[in-house]
Amino acid sequence: MSINPIEISSLKKYYDNIKAVDEITFSVKPGEIFGLLGPNGAGKTTTIEIMEGLRKRGAGDVKVIGLDPWKDGHKLHKKIGVIPQDFTFFEKITPREAIIYYANLFDVKANPDQILKDVLLEDSANVFFENLSGGQKQKTGLALALVNSPELLFLDEPTTGLDPNARRAIWKVIKGLKAKGKTIILTTHYLDEAQQLSDRVAIMDHGKIVAMGTVDKIIEEHGSKERLEIVGSKELANYITENTDLAVNYHQGIISVNLKQKIDALAALAAAEQSSFNWGEIHTRRDSLDDVFIKLVSGKVDESGEIIVENNNSNN
Amino acid sequence: MISVKRIASDLKVFSRGYLRNKFGLFFGLVFPVMLILIFGAIFSGDSSGKINLYIQNQDTGPFSNPQMDIATQFVNTLNNSGTVFLVSVNASENFSDYLADNSASDGVLIPHGFSEAYLSGQQVNVTVYGNPTASTSGIISGTVSGVITFFNLKYFNPNASPIIGITPTTVNTEQTQYVDFLIPGLIGFSILISPMFSLVNISSEYKKTKLFKQLSLTPLTKMEWLASKVIWYIALSTLSFLLMVAVGIFAFGAHITLNIWLIPFLILGPMLFASLGMLVGTITKNPETAGIIGNIVTFPMMFLSGTFFPISTMPQYLQDIAHIMPLFYIIEGLNNVMVYANFDGALIDLVVVGVITAVIFLAAIKLFKWRED
Repeated sequence: MSINPIEISSLKKYYDNIKAVDEITFSVKPGEIFGLLGPNGAGKTTTIEIMEGLRKRGAGDVKVIGLDPWKDGHKLHKKIGVIPQDFTFFEKITPREAIIYYANLFDVKANPDQILKDVLLEDSANVFFENLSGGQKQKTGLALALVNSPELLFLDEPTTGLDPNARRAIWKVIKGLKAKGKTIILTTHYLDEAQQLSDRVAIMDHGKIVAMGTVDKIIEEHGSKERLEIVGSKELANYITENTDLAVNYHQGIISVNLKQKIDALAALAAAEQSSFNWGEIHTRRDSLDDVFIKLVSGKVDESGEIIVENNNSNN
Repeated sequence: MISVKRIASDLKVFSRGYLRNKFGLFFGLVFPVMLILIFGAIFSGDSSGKINLYIQNQDTGPFSNPQMDIATQFVNTLNNSGTVFLVSVNASENFSDYLADNSASDGVLIPHGFSEAYLSGQQVNVTVYGNPTASTSGIISGTVSGVITFFNLKYFNPNASPIIGITPTTVNTEQTQYVDFLIPGLIGFSILISPMFSLVNISSEYKKTKLFKQLSLTPLTKMEWLASKVIWYIALSTLSFLLMVAVGIFAFGAHITLNIWLIPFLILGPMLFASLGMLVGTITKNPETAGIIGNIVTFPMMFLSGTFFPISTMPQYLQDIAHIMPLFYIIEGLNNVMVYANFDGALIDLVVVGVITAVIFLAAIKLFKWRED
């Protein structure tokens, strides 16, 4: 029986009167990609840095691959791989040299060519870090995180600030790592990234976990039920309300009928057909992760799926 | 446990990065050599300390034989005095206007009929132009008086030779020049500048960009990290030391004693200032503050420790301040070794430098944080 790489219970971290992390509990299973999702200042980075041994916890229990990250930091760091937020490195070093440097520090034999291939960076192996693009820099960070062949990886906002193509390239690398059986803790404030990559996500807000599980489960628990949407007039909406016992909403030319069960759609459509009003396109819809997120968190989501914070008063 | 392998690999990466950065190389090696060339040229230029003296000889003869041309003999004697560099002015020029046109204040005019008057024992004067506010004028009038006295003596006894002479010498067994005193100061300067500014900058920048955090996730320890920087700056300071000494010897003919006593200063100096830079970068909040504090610590030390001027020329209170500057003991030690060969004095300096270095190195390691609480 393998133990969980991450076991956290009742973790707290306060800075003066700011509750950066406020009593959170979760565990991560081997081989899982676990996404920590939340707006800036939600406490994601504090949580991940406590797990990495970069910050001291306030209270609670933290075990990372069976170790206390703060006390056994030196031991832990030999076994995990990390990309800190805003990863940066020496300006005048190439990715290949950086990998060799890390291999010497970790006293391990590493194959730079294989690692560069794993992170899709073979083409820029000999370019100085300062001349790499944002995406290539992140890939260098990923490459360094892999030098000591860790089973557990922490990726703190690995795609923040990258263009969509670069983000997709990083996703490809992360999926490749999962396929090799690595356990990955990922923080992000991109919803599509969490949805694309994570087996499970925890949504954080103001230091607390407000929802946790698979994306589908979170939507099911916190989103609205399935509904039928009909393009039609206000009069048709009223007709359906009067002639069925279904809950009907009308907003800007769309009639929305809540479905307690799928068969309810038939009743709504029959009523529409009976009426003499015209109606257009129909489809069923349920809340997306975006919709759920907005309900749960004090943030908004912009067109590109990035979370925008309304008030940011907690320490990240 | 300190790992030599980790120090070596960090040193390799750091030194390679340093050498790839032209700016660092300039400050490490080119700048000190430039300093020695500039200061060497200013204080021991090709006139070897001689003063320019304009001379107009109006006594153009004719003379029946060369022995009658006393004016030319007078000029030659003046030229051989070793203290002045003669600039001859054509007899047709108005001497006073000529001096003014050349912004010169020092000049000697030998009048027409000078030789004839001398030979016939009639009194004759040479005119000496000078500026009473310039220190050169005193030297000129002294030199000319000396030559005149010599000619007066010769008139009464042509075979006379001086009874009292002068043997010029300095405190060292070899002849010491300004450049000999300058080199230890400038070496001290380069030992201070390069490691200090570099470490202030690196340690505050790495903190800001979270590179230290990144490194703390590897087995590299902060002691190993600082050790590799210290080793690099010892190597760089040694190289710049050798370059400066070579330039001093070949360009300015400096007399320098090189011996084993220099080695501890070349090791402890960079270690001291690399650690001090680290300490400043560590205790300050951001690179801007670090830069300011770094300058506040560095600049007084740069000027008050005997780098460019000997501290004995300073007022007493500044000399007292100099004695609290770590760089003072390094420069004094280098002077004791390289100029005076006073090894007892050098030992005292070495002990002082050693203690300061140990304290600052340990403080830097202790206060320097990889990670936050």
